[in-house]
Amino acid sequence: MEQFRPDINLMDIRGSPSNVQTKEKNKGEIRFPTLFVRALQNQIALATKTSLPSTAAPPQLKSASKISTEKMATTAATSSKQTVLQYPGAAPSVSARIHPVVLFNICDAFVRRPDQAGRVIGTLLGSTSSDGTVEIKNSYVVPHNESADQVALDIDYHHNMFVSHQKVNPKEVIVGWFSTGFGVSGGSSLIHEFYSREVQNPIHLTVDSGFTNGEASIKAYVSASLTLGDRQLAAHFQEIPLDMRLIEAERVGFDLLKNTSVDKIPNDLEGMESSMERLYTLINDVYKYVDDVVEGRVQGDNNIGRFIAEALASLPKLSPTAFDKVFNDKIQDNLSLVYLSSLTRTQLSIAEKLNTAAQIL
Amino acid sequence: MANPATGRSFLQAMTSVEEVAPPLRVVQMEGLAVLKIIKHCKEFSPALVTGQLLGLDVGSVLEVTNCFPFPTREEDEELEADGANYQLEMMRCLREVNVDNNTVGWYQSTLLGSFQTAELIETFMNYQENIRRCVCIIYDPSRSNQGVVALKALRLSDSFMDLYRSNNFNGEKLREKKLSWVNVFEEIPIKVSNSALISAFMTELEPDSPVTQCDFDRLKLSSAPFMERNLEFLIECMDDLTAEQNKFQYYYRNLSRQQAQQQVWLQKRRQENMQRKAAGEEPLPEEDPSNPIFKPIVEPSRLDSYLITNQISNYCNQVNGAAGQGFSKLYLMKALHEN
Repeated sequence: MEQFRPDINLMDIRGSPSNVQTKEKNKGEIRFPTLFVRALQNQIALATKTSLPSTAAPPQLKSASKISTEKMATTAATSSKQTVLQYPGAAPSVSARIHPVVLFNICDAFVRRPDQAGRVIGTLLGSTSSDGTVEIKNSYVVPHNESADQVALDIDYHHNMFVSHQKVNPKEVIVGWFSTGFGVSGGSSLIHEFYSREVQNPIHLTVDSGFTNGEASIKAYVSASLTLGDRQLAAHFQEIPLDMRLIEAERVGFDLLKNTSVDKIPNDLEGMESSMERLYTLINDVYKYVDDVVEGRVQGDNNIGRFIAEALASLPKLSPTAFDKVFNDKIQDNLSLVYLSSLTRTQLSIAEKLNTAAQIL
Repeated sequence: MANPATGRSFLQAMTSVEEVAPPLRVVQMEGLAVLKIIKHCKEFSPALVTGQLLGLDVGSVLEVTNCFPFPTREEDEELEADGANYQLEMMRCLREVNVDNNTVGWYQSTLLGSFQTAELIETFMNYQENIRRCVCIIYDPSRSNQGVVALKALRLSDSFMDLYRSNNFNGEKLREKKLSWVNVFEEIPIKVSNSALISAFMTELEPDSPVTQCDFDRLKLSSAPFMERNLEFLIECMDDLTAEQNKFQYYYRNLSRQQAQQQVWLQKRRQENMQRKAAGEEPLPEEDPSNPIFKPIVEPSRLDSYLITNQISNYCNQVNGAAGQGFSKLYLMKALHEN
């Protein structure tokens, strides 16, 4: 297990620019970097929800950076180049899509975690499409150790599992990592750094299994790093839109996945029945709505009206005779198929009796 | 004196209880395993893929808690060792994260339900030697396009396994054991269970829309391609079945002809013997093993015909099911049109 000692711990930044500046600076001048770093501490390494992250921060930082660059320029031995604080303010153009298997895997891993671990961490696999959408298709857990200021991740395990997964599906590559728990913590930035060595712009997924705030929050972040010259100060985790439409789970049916135990998987007729019932209730609702609007009980909404009209118009218009012909043909086809299959089954039982009952002698 | 006797009988009772395992009644799968199987099979469809099931064997319930896929093997023989290594590696890694490390079977994908092959039976026998209770889960991705979760749990019946081991598939043996083609495979009902955490997540994340993707799949009117392929496979299977039946007819014809020949030869021998007795010579034996008409003809094995019959019945069931659905959809369309 490789260990990560934090190169830059946020708590230590307080004194860091002083390494660059020489000792002739008096205390007053050193205080500026300290102040601006404290402002950074408050703003960064926490998720920001708005797409324009911390609009209040840039003016503050810019002024602080101007001062610091001046100081740097005057006191540094090689003062030819200006060191500027890099701060990407724009929202990233990446978005992510998650498959339900990943969510199930993470929750299962959380339930099975060892007793002393507070959270689980693992790798996300998937693919990136050309327009910047990252599809997260698979995941696996990586054992890790976490203490107050150190995070240790089992890199050999991560690598072995990745190789094994590659054997099955070579198209799935590492796209990021996940952790359970709410929000982004200090240790996360270190792990994120590790993953950014594996893939270019890793996605960090947090799954809040503790249901803080009383809701299930699943968020994805990418990180942008704040650099001052050559030195990285902090990592800014910006939230990216996450598409959680869970179409595959819909296909299986949420009834199967929602309840803690389902007694049997519905066969085709039962499934058909429930779909028909849903359709029936939908049509009923629409009917009631239209009735209400006509009677004047409910204010009609033009958009809804247009949708209904469109839906009704999409029924193909066939003359009754044509429709009857098509309909009867189809019914005849189906009936003949049922007849054929019943005939085959009868034939099978006869054949079997003949085969085993025949005796010579 | 009474005590040791009861003690022994108690011990005997305990040992006899341990040996009889309760019969497998239900397979309980976790939602995670279901989704993983579906994902793997769908990704590689129409190629057929397999994977391993992991879980626990508890009483009359076989729990499947996790699974992992097998890489598709090339025809190369060198990769056999690779496959075993892969399996060991995966099991070891999963053990480290507290996943149940116990193999309880394997899963495979199938195309329109044509999975009853001799290889399946062989794999079953291989697994059965090592694991007391194992199950095979079959998933059909092509049927899932109709909106059905086509998962099936299969097991070989015990009587069939005994017969297979003795490698004896004559008509008599089969009649003795009352083994018809229906009794080869046993289907076990599947239950799905989920942990409370994931159930909470799913309840939160369920979209508010009243219509889901599976409804769209089910109410599709075009079931024709599915039926067509089913019928194609059915026809092919019927051809195979007639080939098998021809084999049996040929065998019976040969057998009866051989017996007729034997009778004729026996008659001649008897006549010869009577003549010899009249002449005072020794009678010749009534049997002659070197004569080719006494060579026993091997009865063809009925295993293939059983498997084919199973496949055919499967196709018929599927056609029935799809046609039934088709009826409902058509009547729905008719009602809509009239309005």
